[in-house]
Amino acid sequence: MAADDEVNVALQAPVIEAKNLDLTFDANDGPIQALSNVNLTINKGEFVSFIGPSGCGKTTFLRVVAALEQPTSGSVTVNGMTPDEARRNRAYGYVFQAAGLYPWRTIEKNIKLPLEIMGFDRAEQNRRVKNVLQLVDLEGFGNKFPWQLSGGMQQRASIARALAFDADLLLMDEPFGALDEIVRDHLNEQLLALWARTEKTIGFVTHSIPEAVYLSTKIVVMSPRPGRITDIIESDLPRDRPLDIRDSPEFLAIAHRVRDGLRAGHAYDDA
Amino acid sequence: MRSVIPVLTVVAVIVAIWFAGSIGMNRAWTVDQAERRGLELSAADIIADTLRQERPVLPTPAQVMAELWATTAGEPVFRERRGQMQGNPRSLFFHAWQTLAPTMLGFVMGTLAGILLAVGIVHNRAMDLGVMPWAIASQTIPILAVAPIVIVVLNAVGLEGLVPKSLISAYLSFFPVVVGMVKGLRSPNAMDLDLLRTYSASNAQTLWKLRLPASVPYLFTSLKVGIAAALVGTIVAELPTGARFGLGARLLTGSYYGQTIQIWSALFMAAICAACLVALLSAAERATTRRMGLGR
Repeated sequence: MAADDEVNVALQAPVIEAKNLDLTFDANDGPIQALSNVNLTINKGEFVSFIGPSGCGKTTFLRVVAALEQPTSGSVTVNGMTPDEARRNRAYGYVFQAAGLYPWRTIEKNIKLPLEIMGFDRAEQNRRVKNVLQLVDLEGFGNKFPWQLSGGMQQRASIARALAFDADLLLMDEPFGALDEIVRDHLNEQLLALWARTEKTIGFVTHSIPEAVYLSTKIVVMSPRPGRITDIIESDLPRDRPLDIRDSPEFLAIAHRVRDGLRAGHAYDDA
Repeated sequence: MRSVIPVLTVVAVIVAIWFAGSIGMNRAWTVDQAERRGLELSAADIIADTLRQERPVLPTPAQVMAELWATTAGEPVFRERRGQMQGNPRSLFFHAWQTLAPTMLGFVMGTLAGILLAVGIVHNRAMDLGVMPWAIASQTIPILAVAPIVIVVLNAVGLEGLVPKSLISAYLSFFPVVVGMVKGLRSPNAMDLDLLRTYSASNAQTLWKLRLPASVPYLFTSLKVGIAAALVGTIVAELPTGARFGLGARLLTGSYYGQTIQIWSALFMAAICAACLVALLSAAERATTRRMGLGR
């Protein structure tokens, strides 16, 4: 199985490839370098976490990949295309920090939103809604309005919405940041199960070291001013991860390396 | 049910103040008349007379209610004249309808114009900068000055009756709709808009699926202000133009002939109409928000 994976990776172009990426925002008090010389390759089927303090550019990088921001220089490709082309080809689903469900639409209608815009027919819409509701474990909640659901359920609905049009790439910007620890653990477990079942490539922004280590096959450590990558850690944890793997020495070793990377970034900052 | 007592108390206080006002303001005429005839009146006689004058300075609530009853329940809305069924100018319902019809037509026109302008303002920077100042300027012109001009100009091109009146009520009611809808169409936050960008949604799709639904609460607030303005617009349009029918015409003839009771009953009818229109809008608002899952 592992050998097959390696062959696949070798045959396929990377899902995301960033080369010498720079992005400068013009703020009122002068330019802010949000991304500086970012080089990164993400292959198909990887689960990549971006971790770092506020202002390190992790969200900005995700937004560049999604063509929500334009880089100042350097290049980034998604499935070998520019981010704009990739977006028109429905290359990715994006999950925001807040669930962002439209309050006047039921859960089912919220999931149909991208499908309506992309012009799927009625029968196909219904089939896909049923399918993704099952994937995120929300069967029977399709006719509820968002306010009738808990925060965790709302976020699952928003993941279902991002999955509905079957993009191979899922970009998630701190999707569980506003949820409490217990709900978060539960959703992390579910997300791993979903990733295993759908074999999607996932880019995941987070503030939490345990979350990053638990979920990822690759952890990108970033630091601010200018926003840059300070370390890329390939995780050797097995793909099948029960929650108590977080107490294992392998897990703690990786978490330690992430913490070191973050600290190094900060020392630079304080000097 | 607990609110009945305070509400009744307030009504009772208002009615009492009103009666006292009637007695005070009508007293001079009663005393004057008595003096001319050389009569000595007791205080009780004076008070009794102030409450039943034919053309009082301030009619009593009882007189106004009696007039309202007589001109609504007491008169048919239509009557036969020269072999044809026509509106009965003695019926206050007939006059109310003469005002309500252009009010509603004008309100619909004003609302549609307001929504279209707001959509334009939100989507086009030139319109944003160019239209809003004119919309604000339009509301600073006294409607009493504009109404006769509009009526005369439209008369010259052969338009009479319903349309000129409704144009003036549209002129007054479009403004709150523009202001409210611009705010409402801009109410979606950056994340809601980004979400649609990730789907490569067009401007039209963003308008239909996000901006318009998000603006519905703002729209209803504006509509309630707009409908009251539309009714005032129609009444004002009837005043300087010699309209023969309508609540405005009723106010005008009342003041020509010193029929204060008629004036007050027309004012009450206008207030009742406005209350009914706002109540209808509130019912529509409740039904809409429930359908949109926003009513809890």
